[in-house]
Amino acid sequence: MNRRQFLQSMAIAAGVPLAGSLNGVSWAAPLVSAADQSVASPYRNLLILIELKGANDGLNTVIPYADPEYALLRPKLAIARDQVLQLSEREAFHPSLQPLMALWDRKELAVVQGVGYPNPNLSHFRSIEIWDTASKSEEYLEAGWLARTFAVRPAPRNFAADGVVVGSSDMGPLSGPGIRTIALADTAQFLRNAKLAQANSDGRNAALKHILSVEQEIVHAAGKLNANYTFKADFPRNAFGNQVKTAAQLVASKAGIATIRLTHAGFDTHANQLPTHANLLRDLADGMASLKAALVELNRWDSTLVMTYAEFGRRPKENQSGGTDHGTANVQLLTGGKVKGGLYGAAPQLTRLDGNGNLPFAVDFRSTYATVIDKWWGGESAGVLGGKFAALDVLKA
Amino acid sequence: MKIRISPRNISVLIASIWLGAFSLLGLTAHAAVEPAIGADNARHLLNRTGFAASEADISTFAKLGRTEAADQLVRGVRTVATQAPPAWVSDLPVPAARLRDMTQEERLAELRKNVERAFELREWWFREMLNTPSPLTEKMTLFWHGHFATSQQKVRFTPLMYEQHVMLRRNAMGNFGTLLREVSRDPAMLVYLDGANSRKEQPNENFAREVMELFTLGEGNYTEADIKEAARAFTGWSVDRDTGKFLFRRGIHDYGNKTVMGKTGNLDGDQVIDVLLAKPATARFITRKLWKEFVSPAPSGAGEEAEFNRLADLFRDSGYSIAKLMRAMLSSDAFYAADNRAVLVKSPVEFVIGTMKQFDIDTPNLRPFVIASALLGQNVFTPPNVKGWPGGETWINSATLLGRKQLIDRLFRNEDRMDAALRNMDEMADRNGDMSPPGREARQRRQMERQMGGIRWNLDKWADGFTEGKQKATPLQSMTRVVLAVAPQNSPVQSDKPSDWARQLVQDPVYQLK
Repeated sequence: MNRRQFLQSMAIAAGVPLAGSLNGVSWAAPLVSAADQSVASPYRNLLILIELKGANDGLNTVIPYADPEYALLRPKLAIARDQVLQLSEREAFHPSLQPLMALWDRKELAVVQGVGYPNPNLSHFRSIEIWDTASKSEEYLEAGWLARTFAVRPAPRNFAADGVVVGSSDMGPLSGPGIRTIALADTAQFLRNAKLAQANSDGRNAALKHILSVEQEIVHAAGKLNANYTFKADFPRNAFGNQVKTAAQLVASKAGIATIRLTHAGFDTHANQLPTHANLLRDLADGMASLKAALVELNRWDSTLVMTYAEFGRRPKENQSGGTDHGTANVQLLTGGKVKGGLYGAAPQLTRLDGNGNLPFAVDFRSTYATVIDKWWGGESAGVLGGKFAALDVLKA
Repeated sequence: MKIRISPRNISVLIASIWLGAFSLLGLTAHAAVEPAIGADNARHLLNRTGFAASEADISTFAKLGRTEAADQLVRGVRTVATQAPPAWVSDLPVPAARLRDMTQEERLAELRKNVERAFELREWWFREMLNTPSPLTEKMTLFWHGHFATSQQKVRFTPLMYEQHVMLRRNAMGNFGTLLREVSRDPAMLVYLDGANSRKEQPNENFAREVMELFTLGEGNYTEADIKEAARAFTGWSVDRDTGKFLFRRGIHDYGNKTVMGKTGNLDGDQVIDVLLAKPATARFITRKLWKEFVSPAPSGAGEEAEFNRLADLFRDSGYSIAKLMRAMLSSDAFYAADNRAVLVKSPVEFVIGTMKQFDIDTPNLRPFVIASALLGQNVFTPPNVKGWPGGETWINSATLLGRKQLIDRLFRNEDRMDAALRNMDEMADRNGDMSPPGREARQRRQMERQMGGIRWNLDKWADGFTEGKQKATPLQSMTRVVLAVAPQNSPVQSDKPSDWARQLVQDPVYQLK
């Protein structure tokens, strides 16, 4: 029995009639009224993930400017001390992150340093798979960590979807059975394409049933989403800005979405990193600032947690081409109205590099997932993550 | 599945009763003459083992018995591709000394060259799939590519990927033991699973683990100690840096005693493979995976379990003859069972190539279709990880299902709007970043190639072919039977235009199934 069948059987057991599909808009009657559910559901708390695809250079994002090793390792790439944006007497932001300083000053931005995992894998493809599935380094898991989270504890049926993947056809942490995920680049375009799908009666075999249920998810989400809201907030006119705008539109639909994943790509800076990385970080910071403005406008800032992640950080020592190669431990940013701003984790130990010249980690990446599952959604992460990982104390009560 | 009795079926039935009677009387040479499978079964057989079979092939196979049909397909499998490969496949690797001296720009250019070559290789394979007289060769080669997953993204030097492909193709219907031995010496595999640098002082366990978990026994049939010991046996199996060929490096091979699954001795890689092949779990593991590819998601019920056991035993007893296994599997009751029709999800390659073949979409430029398949989740020569494509239901999620529908919609809505569909694919590719060579230049080149391509096809001409009434069935029924593996899920079309029927049929959920 899959999750939907289970829910249906629950509904039947409770004597709640299941609605049919009318115009392909809604196919099942909500168990209780929409308003009650949204209030009751932990998924009233929204998670927005921002993947920094290609592996962001954590050391030039949150800069250990006071550590003399930093300038020694990076004769070309070190950001000059008089240009950094100070966070503490040791750490500072890259100057492109100026738009995030307002969040930092309001103590709504948590900076977690030294995030990684044991036996780090340096392949993009393998390492992002480890992050997406929350597996051990040598373990291959099929489903993403969010898919497993929602399989155990689904969002209310009247939500448009458990999760929406924006701007990528790779579902990442939302990949797998048991989660209702929609992928789209642009809400209006999704709504046009969704007309090709139709809600349909039960299939004759497992494969057909699966296709029909995916088709139904598309129709269900399309029936709830719209692209009608006009924001006062401005969105940057670049690829990431467009994704932020799409995310804001999704939230404005009031359709019920528990998690949204955005992908900001291009961080694989093996050569001539300085200008490229400055632009990428500027787009990131502009996008995050406009995301906050939009969420404040929608009165959702206090019920949204934004978290960045990447497959790994980059190597402390710059390479011969003015770039950086694949590394290990990295920085994650968390922000939102309920975030307790400040520095977390451990500063990079630049004198304790491994055989590849990479950093040791201080915080297991699964601790940030435990933070989301246990603290943000009030769930039980141990089962989903295959072990107990301590949640970070980054959220206000 | 509707049972349709056509005059031909009846005559076949009568003929087989006649032949049956003769055989009972001992009047024929054969112990048993099988009844002809008929058109519907022939279509099922050819579509499962190929891509949208032609009507000519279907009528040829319709006249054969099950065993004959399977035998003909298996015997038709080729060991060499019909299409000439790109010229660069025999290029040598960049010498190590030169690689050291390369500037970052030169290295990037080298990387881009290999990315571009990987596209050419995929196009070459797609062209082979479209043109081969033996589509089963392609299905088997693709199956082994997924089984012995190796990715261009790690191997990088594209000629090694070609060489591996040639090896998989040569052995696709051969002997599994031989195939496995060749895989264990394959340079692309040695790079992909880190065997090339595995030395006695520091054996790399990657290949040793996967050869047990993914290639032969399956999880749970070996211990971590077996992996560690086997890894020692494969040390020194390496690649010649200058030629890109297999090289046994005596100096880094571990000649000490090892114990793998109870067998002790100065084992080398071949002897470890002998140990693995001796285990019944290996035959069962491979047979199950082939069953999932060709028959149904899994054997169901006591009858099919028994049939599965028979096939696995036959495979092992034959000394791992893939041909014998496939001949038996493709003529089994389970293969033809009504309950097993339309129970498998078409892979993106099957979906794309099948659609092109079904509707006679002919184009000299296959790159957009290679990209389409990749965006739908199957980028050949670049499986997602060592486990290959998980396949089955995982092919379909909201992104890939809408992607499939959108591709079909644009292809069918208006033939002139092909460009728009492909441009859309390009945009998706660019957004994904890792899919395509980066930058505007690559995009422009693709667009230019596309404009030169000129995709020609005529849906009306194809659809109107069904109005001629060569069978008793109505034209819509005939078309449905050709396009879908079983009756459509959606309600029938309200239109007099055959091209509208086709549009509706390809949007039916059943079109995703085989």
